Amino acid sequence: MNWIIDLGANTLFKVIGIGRAFLMLTGALIAFPQWKNVSLTIKQIYVVGVQSLLIIMVSGLFIGMVMALQGYTILVGYGAEGSLGPMVSLSLLRELGPVVTALLFAGRAGSALTAEIGLMKATEQLSSLEMMAVDPLRRIVAPRIWAGVIAMPMLALIFSAIGILGGHLVGVEWLGVDSGSYWSIMQATVEWDKDVVNGIIKSIVFAIVVTWIAIFKGYDAVPTSEGISLATTQTVVLSSLAVLGLDFVLTALMFGIN
Amino acid sequence: MTTRKTELMVGLFVILTIAAGLLLAFKVVNQGFSDSESTYTLYAKFDNIGGLQTRSAVKVGGVTVGRVESIYLDPEDFNPIVVISLSDKYNNFPDTSSASILTSGLLGEQYIGFQPGFAFDDFVVLADGDYIQDTKSALVLEDLIGQFLFSRDSE
Repeated sequence: MNWIIDLGANTLFKVIGIGRAFLMLTGALIAFPQWKNVSLTIKQIYVVGVQSLLIIMVSGLFIGMVMALQGYTILVGYGAEGSLGPMVSLSLLRELGPVVTALLFAGRAGSALTAEIGLMKATEQLSSLEMMAVDPLRRIVAPRIWAGVIAMPMLALIFSAIGILGGHLVGVEWLGVDSGSYWSIMQATVEWDKDVVNGIIKSIVFAIVVTWIAIFKGYDAVPTSEGISLATTQTVVLSSLAVLGLDFVLTALMFGIN
Repeated sequence: MTTRKTELMVGLFVILTIAAGLLLAFKVVNQGFSDSESTYTLYAKFDNIGGLQTRSAVKVGGVTVGRVESIYLDPEDFNPIVVISLSDKYNNFPDTSSASILTSGLLGEQYIGFQPGFAFDDFVVLADGDYIQDTKSALVLEDLIGQFLFSRDSE
């Protein structure tokens, strides 16, 4: 009998949590545009975007390089090392660019967002804002959501471009694939609408999901040290799972059926 | 609130993104034949299209001049009809031109090889909506092997 009660309580708790997350999102985003918040958003783009640039660029470079290395050792067996360019660029643009950027973003920026907002809640800064008749949803939450949604697709684009250059470095400079065929076969295969735009759409979806989870987990954290540490862990775990799950769904929709 | 330095860094971030986008647009993405060009449509009826697909390339002497728009089956004689859209830049092919389905490389993708016909003095130009009369179907490996075995048996 008890486990049925537990199950019901758990379900209710989860459903109410989802409801609160939607209330937070709508409360933050459905409002008159407040132009003084634009500079707050720019500040947040600096925090979540510019400060994530280094890790994104370094991982993009290494992922492109390692894919060129692995791809070369397999493709050269078929005498098809000219196909290295499309292999590297398509896997980066379609999958690795959006997905790895989202995972790194969740670890680098998402956890920081959760901890920051959770600590604001624990030290009652959010309540003091409300006391001063400043809506924390618009002042604190909205700029961070916009910053995440704007910054992550930009990071994903940079990630893919750097990865393709890294693949060029290993494939062409070190392993001796012909530079002309690396670029020209890539150009013959990659399409703007199908590959680049679909990658950007994926990345926008991941950006919304990851920033939403990160900010809600902080906003909804139990205001104690354990609560904040739990919320930070949950942010990384939940948003990674959500990104990988959503990636399958999006890929099936975009590339699965002609 | 927002310092000049922050704004500068965000500006650099935007410039870096635009640079990445430009690299993708001009160095990575296919720009031989874009959909925004104005096109005209030709039809070709084949016996067998093999592995031809929509968006396959149409090439003249290796240069991509168009794409396969759609493929459907003629409801009367059950032969596949391929709808080709060609760039308006190349709009004076004679009506004696032929289309054949070729394969790029040994295992590559299939495309339509378009062979311009001989231009007589009073040649008729293929216009929008015309049918290409002279077509050669795709080579299907199983059929070839079958024919080879059959001709060997009969010897």
